[in-house]
Amino acid sequence: MPEATAVSIRQLSKSFDDVEVLRDVNLEVTPGEVVTILGASGSGKSTLLRCINWLEQPDRGSIHIAGQRIGLDDAGKRMGAKALARVRAQTGMVFQSFNLWPHLNVLHNVTEAPIHVMGKSKGEAQTHARELLEKVGLSDKAVAYPGTLSGGQKQRVAIARALAMQPEVMLFDEPTSALDPELVGEVLTVIKDLSAEGYTMVIVTHEMSFARAVSDQVVFLDKGIIVERADPETFFERPATERVQRFLERHG
Amino acid sequence: MSNWDILWQARDEFWTGFLNTMQIFGLSITAAFAIGCFMLFLLEGRPSTSKLTLRVFIDGMRMLPFLMLAYLLYYGLPTFGIRLDAWWAGVGALAVYHGCYFAEIFRGSRLVFPQGQVEAAQAHGFTRGKMFVRLILPQIVMQTRPLIGNQLIYALKDTAFLVIITVRELTAAANSLSGTYFIPTEAFLVVIGFYWAVSVAMEIIVKQCGRFGAKRGFDHA
Ligand SMILES: Nc1ncnc2c1ncn2[C@@H]1O[C@H](COP(=O)(O)OP(=O)(O)OP(=O)(O)O)[C@@H](O)[C@H]1O
Ligand SMILES: [Mg+2]
Repeated sequence: MPEATAVSIRQLSKSFDDVEVLRDVNLEVTPGEVVTILGASGSGKSTLLRCINWLEQPDRGSIHIAGQRIGLDDAGKRMGAKALARVRAQTGMVFQSFNLWPHLNVLHNVTEAPIHVMGKSKGEAQTHARELLEKVGLSDKAVAYPGTLSGGQKQRVAIARALAMQPEVMLFDEPTSALDPELVGEVLTVIKDLSAEGYTMVIVTHEMSFARAVSDQVVFLDKGIIVERADPETFFERPATERVQRFLERHG
Repeated sequence: MSNWDILWQARDEFWTGFLNTMQIFGLSITAAFAIGCFMLFLLEGRPSTSKLTLRVFIDGMRMLPFLMLAYLLYYGLPTFGIRLDAWWAGVGALAVYHGCYFAEIFRGSRLVFPQGQVEAAQAHGFTRGKMFVRLILPQIVMQTRPLIGNQLIYALKDTAFLVIITVRELTAAANSLSGTYFIPTEAFLVVIGFYWAVSVAMEIIVKQCGRFGAKRGFDHA
């Protein structure tokens, strides 16, 4: 049954020191779908996203990436490091703070995992990397080091780096929150282009108009519970709960 | 004949001692560097009893006068039936001792290594070993370059102790000449000159390597 979904999250729960951060979260992401996760600060958005590629280990529930269970094997035992890495390689993650590898230039940041994780040849990886850098508008920065780039450029490199894994799903955790306001647009434009190309994406964001424009499904988290999920039109125009109404008033 | 003339005639002896010192130094510092890197890798991840043991070993070495270690390896091991040639005992002692210093230098830098980069590596499917070799270690080495340079000089100077366990290195040459002709001042001045020259050369090389890091934003010099 999870075969047809890019991401399938079942009954996911997670606590940090007795505080339940996620409770019984269910979420299905179909291929090509863009899901945005909204919610107040501390509602568990990052934790949910980080559980998807097992950067956080859930306490209960299951997560499948393209039909493959992550973290635990079918018998419920912990996966070996290699097996876990293989499933993780099928997700691409973009972090709020970019997390580029500063000792590698832009091109090598993008080719690093394809060569050393996927086992691609250098030539193949570089050809693909150059295409991706073109896609994010950074062809001219291939040999620049991350330290010399603006925040918006760094984030676009990070996007290209994640895309280079040809992932089943792209995960974005507030990709524009660390950026100067004038740089937000260039990153959001790239993500919108990706959605137009049919990439499957799960995006945590505080950019409401962007969420509205790009999503197929909007999910609202409150204290670790999904309190509302809807298409963007319904979510923004006719929110079902008072909690969401108040949230939208505050975020204009 | 002046004292300096005597030394000039004995130049072969200095040269042989110098080459021997350089061989011992080159081999032991390379091994020490590798040992330091490997220990750093062993210390990766959650604390455990074996990691704690390794930390205690590293600290024990760092707090031991180098000469004691050389003595132990050369004079102590034979009581356990292991007899090392003085030369190899010296190389082994230097490698382990300075390996522990390297490990500690790297560990300090690893403590402040940005966790976000590790998570990015994990998210991209890296396993521990590859992440360490490809992403963590190169940055740690660039970051600790000045301390590495400092350690090289310490290790070079520590080779002089090996005269005491009968290794025929540079200091041994000076020792023997000064004993034979009773010209300690001149003999040791020559040797100091050698140590300084090598140290200065290493400092220059290590400084040049800084350019590599500077391009990547690791150095602001
Ligand atoms: N490693 C951790 N250890 C302990 N508590 C944590 C940890 N990570 C997150 N938390 C807590 O879990 C809750 C949810 O955190 P999370 O980062 O998922 O929220 P968020 O919705 O992403 O918030 P924000 O919008 O501020 O990024 C918060 O109360 C946070 O303090
Ligand atoms: Mg967050």
